[in-house]
Amino acid sequence: MDSVLRISGVSKRFGGFAALSDVSIEIAPGERFGLIGPNGSGKTTLINCVSGLLHNDTGSIVFDGEEVSALPAYQRTRRGIARSFQIPRPFATMSVLENLIVPLQYVAHLGEAEARKEALGVLQRSGLADKADTPSNRLSQVELRKLELARAMAARPRLLISDEAMAGLSGSEVDEVLKIMFDLNAAGITIIMIEHIMHAVMRFSQRVVCLDAGRIICEGTPASIVQNGDVQRAYLGA
Amino acid sequence: MKYWTGAAVLLIAAFAASLSDVNEYFFYAAFVVLQFIVLATAWNILGGYAGYVNFGTAAFFGLGAYTAVLLFKALSAPLAVQIAGAAAMGGLLGFGAGMLTLRLRGIFFAIATVALIFILETVMINWRYLGGATGLQLLRPDVAAPFDSYTRMLFFVMALEAVAAVSVARYIQTSWIGRGLRAIRDTEEAAEASGVPTLRLKLVACTVSGALMGAAGAPMPMYLSFIEPASSFNLLYSVNTLAGAIIGGTAHWAGPLIGALALASLQQIVTVTISNEVNVLVVGVLLVAFVVGAPDGILGLFKRWIRF
Amino acid sequence: MIFSFDLLAEALLFGVLLGCFYAAVSIGLSVSFGLLDVPNVAHPAVMVLGSYFTYVLAGYGFDPIVAGVVLMPAFFLLGMLIYRFYYESFERRGTEAGVRGLAFFFGLAFIIEVGLILAFGVDQRSVQAAYIGTSLALGEYRIPYRMLVAFGVALLLTFSLSLYLSKTFIGRAIKAVAQDEPALRLMGANPVRIKQWAFGIATGASALAGAMLIIVGPVEPALDRLYIGRTFCVVVLAGLGSMTGTLGAGLILGVAESIVLMFFGASWAPAVAFGLLLVVLGIRPQGLFGR
Repeated sequence: MDSVLRISGVSKRFGGFAALSDVSIEIAPGERFGLIGPNGSGKTTLINCVSGLLHNDTGSIVFDGEEVSALPAYQRTRRGIARSFQIPRPFATMSVLENLIVPLQYVAHLGEAEARKEALGVLQRSGLADKADTPSNRLSQVELRKLELARAMAARPRLLISDEAMAGLSGSEVDEVLKIMFDLNAAGITIIMIEHIMHAVMRFSQRVVCLDAGRIICEGTPASIVQNGDVQRAYLGA
Repeated sequence: MKYWTGAAVLLIAAFAASLSDVNEYFFYAAFVVLQFIVLATAWNILGGYAGYVNFGTAAFFGLGAYTAVLLFKALSAPLAVQIAGAAAMGGLLGFGAGMLTLRLRGIFFAIATVALIFILETVMINWRYLGGATGLQLLRPDVAAPFDSYTRMLFFVMALEAVAAVSVARYIQTSWIGRGLRAIRDTEEAAEASGVPTLRLKLVACTVSGALMGAAGAPMPMYLSFIEPASSFNLLYSVNTLAGAIIGGTAHWAGPLIGALALASLQQIVTVTISNEVNVLVVGVLLVAFVVGAPDGILGLFKRWIRF
Repeated sequence: MIFSFDLLAEALLFGVLLGCFYAAVSIGLSVSFGLLDVPNVAHPAVMVLGSYFTYVLAGYGFDPIVAGVVLMPAFFLLGMLIYRFYYESFERRGTEAGVRGLAFFFGLAFIIEVGLILAFGVDQRSVQAAYIGTSLALGEYRIPYRMLVAFGVALLLTFSLSLYLSKTFIGRAIKAVAQDEPALRLMGANPVRIKQWAFGIATGASALAGAMLIIVGPVEPALDRLYIGRTFCVVVLAGLGSMTGTLGAGLILGVAESIVLMFFGASWAPAVAFGLLLVVLGIRPQGLFGR
């Protein structure tokens, strides 16, 4: 079966520091994939390498059968990889709606009017429809996180990577965001979820991989991961 | 359509004025203001829309002036060709500087543009054919009919350039290019992740900006019948342009227009009543004051005031 | 162009002295921009301000170097003030190295420059001292004493600052803030006050650099423009965050400029620093020794 994303032997160093060492992951189309690991384990670095904000030193990243390691980030987005940012980075001088028009114009190449229409649709699915004309620098934390997701959705991705989209959210807010992601997956989008909120990862993922100090230390179903000794040690310390 | 009607009206008025009996000083002052408008508007395409500070306006301006001189001296080129050539060189310089440094952080681009001023000035100082350090006198052909003097003709030429510059800025701002540039200015990484080809857009903005600045410099040699490195690459072009755009407001094409007008008028008053040096001090102080206290410029203050 | 190995040797010798001088005037920028990420294009202007203050104090009988040292505490405070202002106006609101921060420092540089013109006029100013105007005869070469003095002070300044940053507690805190501010915050230290202190030190060093500047040659208000090229060239060539790299980079620039001066003349020399800067930005923007 062809994988939608195949990461093979990817390493990334910053000066003397090895952020990622020989990471290999294969993700099936339509899969719900969880990525966990303590702070500093390299999760965001891996995401940055996949989305193109960083370039991996070694190894290959194959998306839908195409090697993308050398492509700049915007071209990867245009091929179907979208990501949200851990710390929300809205286009602060634009309204919520305009934030979504950017990817719609630059990825889907829609005209102004069509982009507006589709953007509203995305906002409705994200629960932000009533904030369409609000300046994005006036949103609350949870609204900002929804905007991050909505903007990634507007890029019409086939693979969506969410980087700690639920950090700091309350129980019901977590459920809201989780529902959005389940709906997206039901529509056929492969999703990689990076999270610290364990119950969310466990409910959502079909498969989970745990990173620690730049290496994969465990891979399997949510149930098996939780019981794995290495994972427990990584989170709680030896 | 309102815009184009307004632009046409202004141009017709400018043309009529240049043929009228109005005092020669008016054309001199207006030329300076119009040149300022072109420079500030051009600067804003990269600085205001994309957020990359070009401190080398003087380099592009001087390059435009010297390109015009080269074309005139070597090929007896008419003014239109001089301007086109100057724009082409300015665009080329913008593209080159962009390719070199727009991949890096904003401050490296800014410092690189300062470097351009000194390097180009040094080249011109050592280029005998174009006059070297002491400069070059130019023998102008008779001024083209229907104009009576170069001052009047170049005033009109500059008016044309101003309308062109503002029209280009307006087009870029309101198009999807403008939105992409704004996304880059707001958060470049998120823009790239949203499919915006950041480097390409920055290069476009830089090239267009450079071309317009080069075009602004082209009429100067004909205006003065003279060119020399020190005044062509005067750092004041850089400071005034930056100040004009920021004071006026960088988010909209009307900002540099307002800023240039306001600043040029203020400078005339200060230079005449106090001194030239205090004039530069005033520009510096206003720049810092606006950057700190009114970052959205006069336009921003106006918007806030209207809301009340 | 007359080429001879004698001339080359002389150019090299002069270049080494000049290079150390350039390293010393750049070390403040190495801290404020290299470590603290502040787009401080006003650094050379502040240094020239130091030169003029040295000139004033020299008029009262102070030896220029002593004047420079005396000015250091005052400039230290000035630096802390500037950083505080910059932080409150820009960094805190999250728009630091953007358009506004840069425009602020350009504006500041211009205000200083014009202020100096208004106070002192555009003419060049210089100072007198026993070591200015005389030379040391070394074999066939004559080395101006003022260059040796600048060389000595430069080495002293560079090494003391390097030692300060690596051996003292505050020094290491400064390096820590440059590398990982959030971690520092978590450890209970206040990064803003540390950066403020660091910026103050950088500016204090500029006072002494300014004194050396006027010792090495006459100064005029517009001199800061040329030194934007030289200081940024050194800092970028060294690589951001590398103190010792500053010395190496300074030497490279000094020798390059000296050779161009010797064989191509004074009309080409100003472009060397700026040209080298562009080359470095194009080929290896992280510099030779950077983090």
